[in-house]
Amino acid sequence: MEALSEAEAPAAAILVGTVDCDVHPEPPTTAELLPHLDPFLRESITQRGIGPLTSVSYPPNAPMTVREDWRGEPGAGPALARMQRDLFDGLGVGTAILNPLYGLQVLMSEDMAARYATGLNTFTARDWLDRDPRLRSSIVVPMQNPEMAVEEIDRWAGDPRFVQVMMLVMGEMPAGKRYYWPIYKAAERHGLPVTLHAGSMYRHGPTGLGWPSFHAQDYAANATAFQTALTSLICEGVFSVCPDLKVVLAESGFTWLPGYLWRLDKYWHGLRMEVPWVDRRPAEIIASNVRFTLQPVDAPPTAADLQRLMEHVGCEDLLLFSTDYPHWQFDGNHAVPDGISATQARRMMIDTPRATYARLSEVMS
Amino acid sequence: MNIETNPQAQDAGGAKVRTGIADCDIHPSPRDFEKEVYPFLETRWQRYIESYGMVQRVGFMGGTQYPKGQPRASRRDSFPPGGGGPGSDLAFMRQQHLDPHNVELGVMIPLRVGQQILNIDLAIAICSAMNDWQIAEWTSQEPRLKGSILTAYQDAGAAVREIERHAGKDDFVQVSMLSRTPEPMGNRMYWPIYEAAAAAGLPVGVHAFGYGGTPVTGGGWPSYYMEDMMAHSQSCQALITSMVFEGVFERIPGFRLVIVEAGIAWLPALAWRLDAIWRKNRGELTAVKRPPSDYIRECIWLTSQPIEEPDTRQHLVDAIDWIGWDRVLYASDYPHWDFDDPQQVLPVKLTRAQRDNFFRDNAFSAYGLSDG
Repeated sequence: MEALSEAEAPAAAILVGTVDCDVHPEPPTTAELLPHLDPFLRESITQRGIGPLTSVSYPPNAPMTVREDWRGEPGAGPALARMQRDLFDGLGVGTAILNPLYGLQVLMSEDMAARYATGLNTFTARDWLDRDPRLRSSIVVPMQNPEMAVEEIDRWAGDPRFVQVMMLVMGEMPAGKRYYWPIYKAAERHGLPVTLHAGSMYRHGPTGLGWPSFHAQDYAANATAFQTALTSLICEGVFSVCPDLKVVLAESGFTWLPGYLWRLDKYWHGLRMEVPWVDRRPAEIIASNVRFTLQPVDAPPTAADLQRLMEHVGCEDLLLFSTDYPHWQFDGNHAVPDGISATQARRMMIDTPRATYARLSEVMS
Repeated sequence: MNIETNPQAQDAGGAKVRTGIADCDIHPSPRDFEKEVYPFLETRWQRYIESYGMVQRVGFMGGTQYPKGQPRASRRDSFPPGGGGPGSDLAFMRQQHLDPHNVELGVMIPLRVGQQILNIDLAIAICSAMNDWQIAEWTSQEPRLKGSILTAYQDAGAAVREIERHAGKDDFVQVSMLSRTPEPMGNRMYWPIYEAAAAAGLPVGVHAFGYGGTPVTGGGWPSYYMEDMMAHSQSCQALITSMVFEGVFERIPGFRLVIVEAGIAWLPALAWRLDAIWRKNRGELTAVKRPPSDYIRECIWLTSQPIEEPDTRQHLVDAIDWIGWDRVLYASDYPHWDFDDPQQVLPVKLTRAQRDNFFRDNAFSAYGLSDG
């Protein structure tokens, strides 16, 4: 099994104080969620027989959804115990930022999605954040309605353990559209980054050619969705309107970034008359306002190739360390791929997360 | 750098003297549709076009919802002095492009007319007519130019018949599809087309664009032409993913794919990603016997234009190292606005072998042509 050889290879040490910027709590069962929902939704779920909102983005038993040796008994309690064992004790992570993946964004009803979002964030606060001081979380918002999303941000922004706002990379419309700007403005106002996480509302097929046959294609399509979302954020001028906004692309891959930027800068040179508000080279905007989580690395075959690739990336502040726990992206403790230098590792584990998430320093220091 | 456009004229030690470059993406267009294409169309289709147009999966009679950056998306100096649209005058194309750039092999891909018309019978008729037009107006008059067999690929049976009608003619070097298909390109509805192309010894050349009817992004319709253009590279990533994971390259020996006008630098990271996903999902991807990067390396070529332009030009050399120097085909996209001039396209120091591959030899391999 090739997993063994990878696991046996020497892994770059995870430093004391490392922030893991993409960690997934186990999605709640309906029974776990019920006490945190408002009475109307609670009654609807019971009366209408609404099941758990499990998105097709992460089929629970698919190999990549949970690494084999990280599977176990269901429920938030056992799942937290596993996370403490695997992530904090095992890998040596210091702080973990939770990105709760629950299929509420797929719902068509704006009202129902908003109620689910409030319930999910409450569940995250009570059943996860309250139980381990090393945990932080994203605020999950109902993307179906930006006004309701802003209400949800305002509801949680006072709790410093919520360090960012989370949306899915594939929405109803491309991420940069004006429709979503109230969310970005609210996040900027509260000093919260917005993370676009892999996944879709499934209003459209996840590829530009429609619906694929296999889960593996759906998962692969996330990288292209991040590329087009980034194009949208740049072209629509989000960072001209919200210059202080930080956007974190989570579970996006990043080895596509250099080639993508060469193309984007070229098209900007040729077509910027169409988007005159983009008044800097896209690569500069991304260097100042956009960050990428580490896993999945989608690494080239050798460490030397990855070193070359990192030279192409250039900017040392773009990456945020992540394990993507418990998704299966690497084996053993090989969270940092060979070819990442000690300086790069330190920056992505400690410096860049602290610079990106102002709130981490507030609570941690 | 003019050595690339006039290479090896004085190749003292070589066994043969090579004479020119291959340009793998040139767009011809009818100067006068009625005069040039009607002769190949039944009268009922002539009347139909006049009454209803050639409607595709897009809301405008004239095509794109994203107005281009230039008239006809073309170089402003490419309108022939004698009238007609860019790419419609063979004499002017020779004078402006083929002769000064020493094009020995020019691969034509007619756009805008034919493929993916909603009325499938009309689509079949137009594709067929445009293929006859390519022979009549271009390849029979200029041996340096070769055509692409247009197919109404929504109907695989019709597409196969059209491929078979032209198989063996040296007027054509590939079967043409557009990247924005109605279903992902690896779906089995298209397999007969790939089998027919392989049987005819032709690659399938997939040119960016087309109207598949679905948004170009997984997150809906973007606002700007710039985004639509950018997204062609993502569409091509999706179609390669689909073809690899559906097992097209495994199932159809000899099948060759040429990706046209989507740039190149995105391919290595895609291959790395697909390898990682394949390793973890072997149980689902039962048709894929080898790492995706193997099929990509063996069965896919890319045309260079619009070539990426990193600040540090050496980075592009790294990218082509990862893709393979035997995989990238020079293309100008003449007469379109984002034309890549062969003298400017790769402003880095190349070895003789790299130069020969990029500007000429790879094209002969990809299209299965004997090395002239």
